[in-house]
Amino acid sequence: MLAAHEITVRFGDRTVLDHVSLEVATGEVVALLGPSGAGKSTLLRVIAGLLTADAGSVWLDGSDVTNLPSHRRNIGLVFQDEQLFPHLTVGQNVGFGLRMQGLGRAQAAARVHELLCMVGLDAAAALPVTTLSGGEAKRVALVRSLAPQPAVLLLDEPLTGLDRELHDRLAAELAGLLRATGTTALLVTHDHDEAAAIADRVVNLPSASPSRAE
Amino acid sequence: MDRDRAALNRLPRWLVPALAALPVVGLSLFFLWPLGTLLVRVLQPGSVGDALRAPGLGQVLWFTLWQAVASTALTLVVGFAPAYLLARYRFPGRRVLLAAVTVPFMLPTVVVGAAFLALLPSAWHGTARAVVVAHVFFNIAVVVRLVGAMWAVLPTDLTAAARTLGAAPHQVLRCIVLPLLRPALWAAATVVFLFTFTSFGAAKLLGGPANPTLEVEIARRATQLGDVDGAAVLSLLQLVVLGAVVWWSARWQRRATVQFAGSGSSRTARSPGERRFVAGVAALTAATMLTPLAVMVSRSLRLGGNWSLAAWRTLGAAEVRPGISLGVDPLASLSLSLRYALVAATLSVVAGGLATLAIATARRHGRLLDVGLMLPLGTSAVTIGLGMLITFDTAPVDWRAEWWLIPLGHALVATPFVVRALLPQLRSIPAQQRDAAATLGASPLRAWFAIDVRRLALPLLGSAGLAAAISLGEFGATTFLTRAGRETMPIAIARLLGRTGEIPRAQGFAMATLLLLATAIVIGGAERAGEGGVLDARRS
Repeated sequence: MLAAHEITVRFGDRTVLDHVSLEVATGEVVALLGPSGAGKSTLLRVIAGLLTADAGSVWLDGSDVTNLPSHRRNIGLVFQDEQLFPHLTVGQNVGFGLRMQGLGRAQAAARVHELLCMVGLDAAAALPVTTLSGGEAKRVALVRSLAPQPAVLLLDEPLTGLDRELHDRLAAELAGLLRATGTTALLVTHDHDEAAAIADRVVNLPSASPSRAE
Repeated sequence: MDRDRAALNRLPRWLVPALAALPVVGLSLFFLWPLGTLLVRVLQPGSVGDALRAPGLGQVLWFTLWQAVASTALTLVVGFAPAYLLARYRFPGRRVLLAAVTVPFMLPTVVVGAAFLALLPSAWHGTARAVVVAHVFFNIAVVVRLVGAMWAVLPTDLTAAARTLGAAPHQVLRCIVLPLLRPALWAAATVVFLFTFTSFGAAKLLGGPANPTLEVEIARRATQLGDVDGAAVLSLLQLVVLGAVVWWSARWQRRATVQFAGSGSSRTARSPGERRFVAGVAALTAATMLTPLAVMVSRSLRLGGNWSLAAWRTLGAAEVRPGISLGVDPLASLSLSLRYALVAATLSVVAGGLATLAIATARRHGRLLDVGLMLPLGTSAVTIGLGMLITFDTAPVDWRAEWWLIPLGHALVATPFVVRALLPQLRSIPAQQRDAAATLGASPLRAWFAIDVRRLALPLLGSAGLAAAISLGEFGATTFLTRAGRETMPIAIARLLGRTGEIPRAQGFAMATLLLLATAIVIGGAERAGEGGVLDARRS
């Protein structure tokens, strides 16, 4: 289970998150809804350990991970703009987390193949990521984060910037993939339909700083 | 559409040739001809064989190569942390630190040499170690600027992505950051290698007779042994090596280039650990950059273990004690250097300004002039000086005794920098501005004058400062052209520091301090004028 407890983040004199708490049960998919500027992405970054909160704590399966660096938290994050490594191939991108875990080249390759098959991109393993289309890049980013089997997968508006048809198809694909792998997930979105289609439960993040809300 | 505009509102045909005339004649007469003379000397039967068989050459080549490789590697290592800090973090004093890192690179090599003579224990004087340490100090700016510029635009989220995938900091560095920075690392390594391979001032002052670089050896053969042919062979050999390195590195750089989307961002340190890191690296960097210069200044104030102004007080007097003359009049050489700097700055601003206008106006055909004017940049100052020495020694061009030959050599070294500084200013003018002027009733020539020429006014002032600073510190070419009794500051400093005895040494440090101040004032002025230029560009 993931628990964020009383998280507060300030940038200068602007309070972005004000004592925000949140829980995600193991195996559950939760959507975090809220207007832009409400601090949704900031909360994900705190949970992932990419940003130090001014107050509050993050708990994972009963242990306090607040002071653990990102790479030792076992929490994955899918970025809005994918952030695929431009100097690596599709396969090397997906295998990156496995290599970091110390998995051998052959074992990693087998697992990468398996993952790419799940999203129908097994033929693209040797391609540079710069040749991928928008939808393909999103799929690669998703399986790259799933590869090291994170305890929790965070998704920061993972379907933004796609046309309607592709968006709906990928949303269904994503929901299926999260269920199939039994992944605990926290999804940030501003789209109610998307949240309903993918998540078991929807949480609204009230704007922590009302004066800034749009 | 574009063709119509060009046909109707074309500038007069004579404009580009008229602009290019002076720079082309100057370049041909004072650069291409001397270079040709060098080549002819080399092609004489026997001269290549004799020069290459000369004893000790293998050792010189080996030392030049290994000290350049060692200096380059060390500079990359030492410059890495400050490059990261200045690219990624916002902190109080950031601009000051950036200036402190950049300044040594703008300093005369003789001043850097003097600073390390003052700083390093005397057991280090005349050693390869001293040369390498000074080279690192001098070139940290290259790494901070080139690698830092790329690091600043490296998307922050790429490294964040790697961390959430389980990469520890050292793995992020090895698997993500280093591969993505590779083009900038290559570029920085190439520049540092070229600078250190052709090192003259610092190598001469710190390496001593036991550790001559190729440049020092060329100067020794030409001015001390009278072996001009041998010197010519070595300088062409060096030119070939430099050309090969540039070509090879450009190939590698293209291959290593990776496009990335997204943007980098700088931030303030949040956690206590981060704050300690920022403060630590900033303090260490500032100390590294400032200590050698501070020690040099303090050494000019010490005699016999006590604080003393004696070195400064005797600066103006050619005689230290009644009857004992140094042969160098420090204050006379200061005023000589300032006058040379004024002439060299004027020459390079006129030639560089005209050339820039010609290159930008000619558009496609300007490329030849552009490349031609960059040639002196790729040629070492020692080679330029040697070429001039052996070319202008017979009537009707026996100009060795002419005072203007030295500032002219300085202008030759400085003009490429002036062109590089000015060209982007002209290229950034949108074509519509000239169109607007035309529709407002300006003739093509008027429009060109009102927009292109006037755009250069302030940047010209800035580049004049740059040229003056280069002239003030120029050492390589001057070594060949200087005459006894009329030493420029860098020559005088090298002479004083080459003497034994406490007073000449302290005087050398005092002179180096003066040159440091003069350069800092000139560069500071140029920076301000340059900023004015940027403001002006924004306004129009």
